Amino acid sequence: MNFLSDPVTFIGNWLTGLVANLGIPKETASAWVTGVAVGILPLLAMLWVLVLIWYERKVIGRLQDRPGPNRVGPFGLIQPVADMLKIFIKEHILPAGIDRIPYNLAPILAVGGVLGMWIVVPFSATVHGVDINVGALYVIAVGAIGTLGIIFAGYSSNNKYALLAAFRVVAQLISYEIPMVLALLVPVLLARSMGMNSIVQAQPVWFILIAPLAALLFFISSIAEVGRSPFDLAEAESEIVAGFNTEYSGLKFGMFYVGEFLHAFTNSLIFTALFLGGWQGPGAEQFPILGFIYFFLKTVVVHFLGIAIRGSMPRFRIDQVMQLNWKLFTPIALAAFSSAALVEKLATNWADAARIGIHFLVNMIILGVVVLIGGRVFRARGIRLDALAQRNRAAVKFSMEKSHDS
Amino acid sequence: MILDQVIFLITALVIIIAAILVVSVPKMIHAALWLILALAGIAVLFVLLQASFFAVVQVIVYIGAIAVLVIFAVMLTRKAMQDDGPQLNRYSVLAAAVCLMLFVVLTGMLLSWDGASSLPVNPAVHPDTIINLGESLTNPQGYLLPFEVASILLLAALVGAIFIGREHRAGKEEE
Repeated sequence: MNFLSDPVTFIGNWLTGLVANLGIPKETASAWVTGVAVGILPLLAMLWVLVLIWYERKVIGRLQDRPGPNRVGPFGLIQPVADMLKIFIKEHILPAGIDRIPYNLAPILAVGGVLGMWIVVPFSATVHGVDINVGALYVIAVGAIGTLGIIFAGYSSNNKYALLAAFRVVAQLISYEIPMVLALLVPVLLARSMGMNSIVQAQPVWFILIAPLAALLFFISSIAEVGRSPFDLAEAESEIVAGFNTEYSGLKFGMFYVGEFLHAFTNSLIFTALFLGGWQGPGAEQFPILGFIYFFLKTVVVHFLGIAIRGSMPRFRIDQVMQLNWKLFTPIALAAFSSAALVEKLATNWADAARIGIHFLVNMIILGVVVLIGGRVFRARGIRLDALAQRNRAAVKFSMEKSHDS
Repeated sequence: MILDQVIFLITALVIIIAAILVVSVPKMIHAALWLILALAGIAVLFVLLQASFFAVVQVIVYIGAIAVLVIFAVMLTRKAMQDDGPQLNRYSVLAAAVCLMLFVVLTGMLLSWDGASSLPVNPAVHPDTIINLGESLTNPQGYLLPFEVASILLLAALVGAIFIGREHRAGKEEE
């Protein structure tokens, strides 16, 4: 075990040895070091948000043909720090008629729910918080606590718009939990374990190749779970002011903001661990630091995809959000899950390549059926996708001509 | 071991206080919020019993789904912001008497059982309790039949709910 190949374990062992040298029993010493690590992990996650905010604003800026933050520091790198300091020193306004305890608890729950997920993420072959044997389920359970935070915020602010926003966001969140959990069950089924680390270890072949449909559903549902564009009904300014956090100011609003950005990244982490092989890669077992790098790179790719979608898609209406979930995602997720279970049972003793091929084939068949039926339903209702696209293009052209004129 | 007991006592105290508040606070929405605390306490109890699966399921099902639905129902059916109706109806004395009787009988029964005065033996926990659970739920020799019957019951409830929800609209279409 040396520093270069596995720094975190090395530092952990070194610290434990250091504390043990003070005459404290070995077990107490390692408990202390664990306690320190428990403090450091959320701290690093929160600081990481500074980078995430800069990165996201920059990428969305470039996608929309703007420079993004570019004034404070090189490439605007210091901008989030300035924003953070500003939000620290802003006044905390308590609106009249609020319900004080839930009002103050809501931002904590919103961030706490996200930070809780980091506990089970396997960062490399040796570095993970705890490898509980229900890790995948735990991720969903902790996510549910964030939902609670939104309800608390909406109810306790004594503001009609906040309440309305909380209603529809929560409706969206609990709806999208269903396809998300069903899609999550597919890797659990394939790995035959709910522990996050065992799921990663079961992926010499990435699960996205075995279960592309489940991966797609999980990815889209997790965007909906964060409530980002195109599912950003929580902040439809034209309809509900600023959403469930309208009445929050200063650091309390900042907590919701941090929670959202961190949630998007955390979901990318979870997606990478579940479908992209986590830290798996050449040499990751011998040199855990390589696994960390692989994990990070894959996560950044997934996260970039999420940001690109956020930067380029218009917002759904609430009925479209619900229809998409209940009429499309949930049935597909059910079909994908039950077909995966069936194939896994029938092909238990087959060669790996044949098994994976059949999984992939079944997924493609389901996708084909969905596209065929979906197209027919759309046509039956007189909705032409290409006509919609044409109309959108015409609208964009019109607005561009208008802006040229002025 | 002593730490476990301290945590258990604190959790039990929190659960009991929260449970009493659920039925005693005047605002319905506050009752729902206290209910969440009580349910979270039960999840902690599951953790103390090393039943991690049940702890997680408790959080998902009870806090994530049922408590949220309860809050929804309260906010949609009552005036969520100001709701200070009477807390007792005219059967309250009768109900209290029945509860008291039930409490006395149950306590008497429990006191006569010698398990009540001895410390519980920690069950030998198998590390893979989920696997045991899953196998016993899908094994025909195990609990497959009751499990499936329960799911049929739930399905029937679902169909019934949809029927009640749709009946009204069907009547309208006939007019």
